[in-house]
Amino acid sequence: MTQMSNPLLRVDNLTMMYGDRVGCKDVSFELRPGEVLGIVGESGSGKSTLLRSISAQQEPTKGTVQYNTRIDGVCDVYQMSEAQRRLLMRTDWAFVHQNPRDGLRMNVSAGANIGERLMAIGDRHYGNIRSNADAWLGKVEIASERLDDLPSTFSGGMQQRLQIARNLVTSPRLVFMDEPTGGLDVSVQARLLDLLRGLVHDLNLAVIIVTHDLAVARLLSHRLMVMQQGKVIEHGLTDQVLDDPQHPYTQLLVSSILQN
Amino acid sequence: MEQTVNYSADGATAYNFAYLDEQTKRMIRRALLKAVAIPGYQVPFAGREMPMPYGWGTGGVQVTAAVIGPNDTLKVIDQGADDTTNAVSIRQFFAKTANVATTEKTAEASIIQTRHRIPEKELREDQVLVYQVPIPEPLRFLEPRETETRKMHALEEYGLMHVKLYEDIARHGHIATTYAYPVMVDDRYVMDPSPTPKFDNPKMNDMAALQLFGAGREKRIYALPPYTKVKSLDFEDHPFEVQTWKDECGMCGARDSYLDEVILDDQGNRMFVCSDTDYCSERQEAGHRGPQHHDQPLGKAAREKAAE
Repeated sequence: MTQMSNPLLRVDNLTMMYGDRVGCKDVSFELRPGEVLGIVGESGSGKSTLLRSISAQQEPTKGTVQYNTRIDGVCDVYQMSEAQRRLLMRTDWAFVHQNPRDGLRMNVSAGANIGERLMAIGDRHYGNIRSNADAWLGKVEIASERLDDLPSTFSGGMQQRLQIARNLVTSPRLVFMDEPTGGLDVSVQARLLDLLRGLVHDLNLAVIIVTHDLAVARLLSHRLMVMQQGKVIEHGLTDQVLDDPQHPYTQLLVSSILQN
Repeated sequence: MEQTVNYSADGATAYNFAYLDEQTKRMIRRALLKAVAIPGYQVPFAGREMPMPYGWGTGGVQVTAAVIGPNDTLKVIDQGADDTTNAVSIRQFFAKTANVATTEKTAEASIIQTRHRIPEKELREDQVLVYQVPIPEPLRFLEPRETETRKMHALEEYGLMHVKLYEDIARHGHIATTYAYPVMVDDRYVMDPSPTPKFDNPKMNDMAALQLFGAGREKRIYALPPYTKVKSLDFEDHPFEVQTWKDECGMCGARDSYLDEVILDDQGNRMFVCSDTDYCSERQEAGHRGPQHHDQPLGKAAREKAAE
């Protein structure tokens, strides 16, 4: 981890209200390149709201999200023009959905799915796009011969890996993941986590991962944020939070996992 | 305006000139002006019910009705032919409601309404080509959300169009799209050239005539002003190509025109003829002959010759 570098993402006092109801409240944190932040909490605690607000999909009621872009330096993502923001979202950012069907184009081949981002940023050489897609299929452990198959013929785990390949092809620096292992069986989960951990390390990705699975959080994330009722109630290094929880809710959460 | 007076053949005064009322024509003309000002941009307009079903050229008919005047000469083609149902009924429609002169000769027409073809003969500055368009949105089948496709046009995000071409090559080894082949207009808007064969795409580029596109069901109008740059999308290593035929036209022997395949019997015999009937008969009048000319007299000139 490069702790001394400038933060890649800076969130200040982010608040999202749904009318009178709190989505998330006064969340602030910084994320540095290559750092993996886990957000855990029970269902309805505001994890996904927070993720959507940070990833420019839903403008927050209050607070700012600043991102250190490659070209223009630090920018407020909600002050950018829409064209700039959408370009950022499909080049320097990536979003891995819980359900791969939300993140994939199901009616075009795996190769076209991976190639889409490349074509979106102006790649117009079929041979290059295809070999690039093929290489990425290899990186996520899918056989080359499946390059021209539709994602609907893939298993759930393969679809999820394809979604990851499709997102990482433009070498993003920040990846948002919403329950990336949800809906997969335990052995497939383990392989996917292994793969993710390798990619995150090799590509020096900064990741914000939302999960309710503490095992996933422990395996992937360096730091952990625990949320309850829209607020961050505990924040610290993953091992520290999980091994020595301070807040009563975190203690409950940790103790609710079957030990040995 | 004198145009508001009815010109129908039987003298009835039930309909306005060219069927549509003047206010509707004004509305369509405003949309047309905007479309000409922003080449390739789809302008919404308040499409009217026409006395024909959607899919039969209601968009093209409304555009023609808005631009036609009493002194115009109208030609209507369907798949290049002047004598098919759609062409005949629309030509009659305007002969009846606007009392304008009609023709089958490309060179004599001032307005040409077309379904699926561009005439082979080069068009001039004083001519207008009106296309009937079923689906104006080129991104429709890749992105079904209209809100999203409009945003993509606005922000010039056209990577998705190449995803379709990529998919073609991955499946067929070449770009298998043969009609409604997407084009980039004036380096800005991606446009669906209506379901014309891609053979006609190069003719759209830098054309002297004004090209107007009307989609009746979808209520969209778009346009290409004269001499607009129109480029067919492709990949660097899979460049755009038009269809070619091994055969020549059976009637006139043309090798440079778009050919339709005609099945002659159940023994596997077939012939190829020009899809543009006017082009074919003009060539025959000029003495050009294809291999099947006397056996299968098609085309106007040949028909007349057979009747004698």
